[in-house]
Amino acid sequence: MSLELRGITKSFGALLANDSIDLRVETGEIHAILGENGAGKSTLMNIVYGLVAPDSGEILVDDVVKNIKEPSDALASGIGMVHQHFMLVPVFTVAENIVLGHEKSGFAGRLDLNEARERIKKVSDQFNFNVNPDDLIEGLPVGVQQRVEIIRALIYDAKVLILDEPTAVLTPQETDDLLKIMKELKGQGTSIIFITHKLREVKEVADRITIIRRGKVVGNASPDASQKELASLMVGREVELAPDKGAHSIGEPVLTVKDLTVRDNSGRALVNNVNFEVRAGEVLAIAGVQGNGQSEVARAMVNLEEHVEGSIILDGAEVIGKSVRESLHAGIAFVPESRELDGLIASMSIAENLILDLHDLPPYAKGIQMSPNTVLSEAEKRKVEFDIRLQSVTDPISSLSGGNKQKVVLARELSRPVKLLVASQPTRGLDVGSIEFVHKRILEERDAGRAVLLFSTELDEVLALADRIAVMYRGEILSIVPSGVSAQELGLLMAGVVHA
Amino acid sequence: MRKLKIKRPSLRALTLPGLSFLLAMAFGALLIAFSDSTVLKHIGHPWSFLKAAGVAVWQSYLALFEGSVYNPSLATPHDALLSWYPLSETLVTAAPLILAGLSVALAFRAGLFNIGAQGQFIFGSIAASYVGFHFHWPIGIHVIAATVAAIIAGALWGGLVGLLKARTGAHEVIVTIMLNYVALYFLMWLLGTTTFLRPGRRDPISPDVLPSARMPLLAGSNYRVNLGIFVALAAATFVWWLLSRSTWGFRFRAVGANSAAAKTAGISVPFVMTSVMAISGALAGLGGAVHVLGSDFSLTSGTAGNFGFDAITVALLGRAKPMGVVFASLLFGALRAGGGTMQANTNTPIDIVLVIQALVVLFIAAPSVVKWVFRLKNLKTTGELAAKGWNG
Repeated sequence: MSLELRGITKSFGALLANDSIDLRVETGEIHAILGENGAGKSTLMNIVYGLVAPDSGEILVDDVVKNIKEPSDALASGIGMVHQHFMLVPVFTVAENIVLGHEKSGFAGRLDLNEARERIKKVSDQFNFNVNPDDLIEGLPVGVQQRVEIIRALIYDAKVLILDEPTAVLTPQETDDLLKIMKELKGQGTSIIFITHKLREVKEVADRITIIRRGKVVGNASPDASQKELASLMVGREVELAPDKGAHSIGEPVLTVKDLTVRDNSGRALVNNVNFEVRAGEVLAIAGVQGNGQSEVARAMVNLEEHVEGSIILDGAEVIGKSVRESLHAGIAFVPESRELDGLIASMSIAENLILDLHDLPPYAKGIQMSPNTVLSEAEKRKVEFDIRLQSVTDPISSLSGGNKQKVVLARELSRPVKLLVASQPTRGLDVGSIEFVHKRILEERDAGRAVLLFSTELDEVLALADRIAVMYRGEILSIVPSGVSAQELGLLMAGVVHA
Repeated sequence: MRKLKIKRPSLRALTLPGLSFLLAMAFGALLIAFSDSTVLKHIGHPWSFLKAAGVAVWQSYLALFEGSVYNPSLATPHDALLSWYPLSETLVTAAPLILAGLSVALAFRAGLFNIGAQGQFIFGSIAASYVGFHFHWPIGIHVIAATVAAIIAGALWGGLVGLLKARTGAHEVIVTIMLNYVALYFLMWLLGTTTFLRPGRRDPISPDVLPSARMPLLAGSNYRVNLGIFVALAAATFVWWLLSRSTWGFRFRAVGANSAAAKTAGISVPFVMTSVMAISGALAGLGGAVHVLGSDFSLTSGTAGNFGFDAITVALLGRAKPMGVVFASLLFGALRAGGGTMQANTNTPIDIVLVIQALVVLFIAAPSVVKWVFRLKNLKTTGELAAKGWNG
């Protein structure tokens, strides 16, 4: 089945999200759409899937104009989509989510899930998804939830499959598996629109590449183009993909973690007897597949976890038992895994988000009276220092792009006296330009003699930034290796394979 | 250096409440026309029917205005100003409502749905009344002491809700609804005790508060308007300052908008919940004091009337902003004060006022109706009142 878009235009107020975009996806083709966050990729795909109505333009399936007003129209035309943000009901099981909207009922209206279970098991086994149809979504790690989304699209026989940043949360192995699946699907005649900003994946699977910048198609490329060429097309300027890691000296241990165990409310150990130390001027990366206890270790550093045993010594003083606030003020900068949920308050202004932690201290407040002018003038300074692209610091933070939001989080966390920077998935969902900035900034902190504890599921990021790499698997640190390790070896460790 | 841009309630923000009110008045007009027997007599003759309906609606709404703002027929040769007497009544009704409304609005901004303004109002009334009739203190000190007692009682009753939520996760909506019942039945029990029952009476009513404990009158003894309205306006100013200029308010708003991010940034969420509910309770309790010390003087089982529930409406209509609450309360005070006159002077029952109030809320809750009627495309409908789920 082929899909063609002609002159798709969509504006949101003054913002032209899509500017007369033409695109043709042939039968059995993997067509990559490459572009930075905010380039208009998601809007375009939401139009194709019937979630957003275009201002003008038409959609053709097998050269026939289709009137797609609702996702159900898209599904009926054979277009399936896996969204970047999951469309799952957290309190339902996998099977219940998958039959949602297509429920089969048995005797007296009883919900019949057996057929769905069988089909889920089949797809899951076929592609090694390891998904149990009866698990509750909210209990599953983000990576598995993503797989449920993919299964859903596969089960409803989509002939054109839109994958919106599907690999963002997958491990290297899982990503390789998915890429294999994509090739298999392609072999069976399914067309795939692969939206991403990851150059390696594009080069590996795409047949053709369309690059979108600021709502316009700026070019087509073949997968033979170099990563640097693709990145430059995408960003519109030369980019440095691997940051320079200058020479520096490593000092005394700043953070010593001993026998750290973190339990959930039911007493199950999510982190089991973890030991490591981070020295001044060193980046220790904790690598691992999503859901192996890294998030809990990160949160435990600032006492956001409730059931913690062991000890966390920062500069000679115990951290465990302090309040979150005391931990932060003891010299820990904390970049949480989810900017949107834990890092920022969407409806508050940029200036206010910059001082969430310091709002009641001078110079922002005298007693309980805040000084709004100081809040604004300091925000202006941060804006310059961290190159935050914004219209006004009084705008709500939700008006910013992902990269600029992350800059706000970094600016806030680094404006206290910092001994240790804890950064959890600091570049998740960011575009190339912002990743470049965040990486540079992390290395600057390292070079200034601070200890950096980096949590990342991205192999490239870990290899580019780390001085030493600890790999977590099922709540334990499997091994701590020097940065010279190969990507392949690291990938195996992340999958839990320890070779002798 | 740039000045802080204070986000004033712009005209855009007033559009929805304003249009909702207009639409509610229009529906009210239909009800008035179709419930009036003299109008219905003309039903067969469209032209005279319209004329009769127009007259009925005009007279009803004129009576509503005369009962709430200005009524020239009340003027006497000695005192022309008496025609403003209805405005005094509006202010008397609005003052406790402003305070109770602020209580709900403040909690809203911190992400809590305080259904318990009624109970907190009752506790404030009890404390103010007890101090007001039981002690014999000098003028000035007495009224202040009674007011402070009401604030403390309300704060304790409200703070209890916050504490339960912070410690056990008990949902504030359930807790406040239940505590409203506890407060009401506690009041009824009190009115049966010898301490609270007025000597010589068997029906549940307390002694009047002593003159020394009453809110000073503002316009002489012909009018009931008293210091309460200024207390309410001062409280509105305080809540504005608290929310937009103080570190406490910053925390309240942060927790209200995203408690996970607030916690991650080191803000103590349990402390915020407890303190915001205590302050909310204090405001509602103060409302009780203004009511008992300003206009009612004695406690009955119906002392709190509908103040605590109208407070929710008023907070919604005022979009949880202090100034919005003031305007909404003045409007509701006027509707309440004018409703009686309307019923007395025309065929229109006072219930129409309740219908109008309910419709205003309905339209605000369902903005698409207003958008559709007035053909608005870009009306901003998201505000501070995003409802929270049960896990919020």
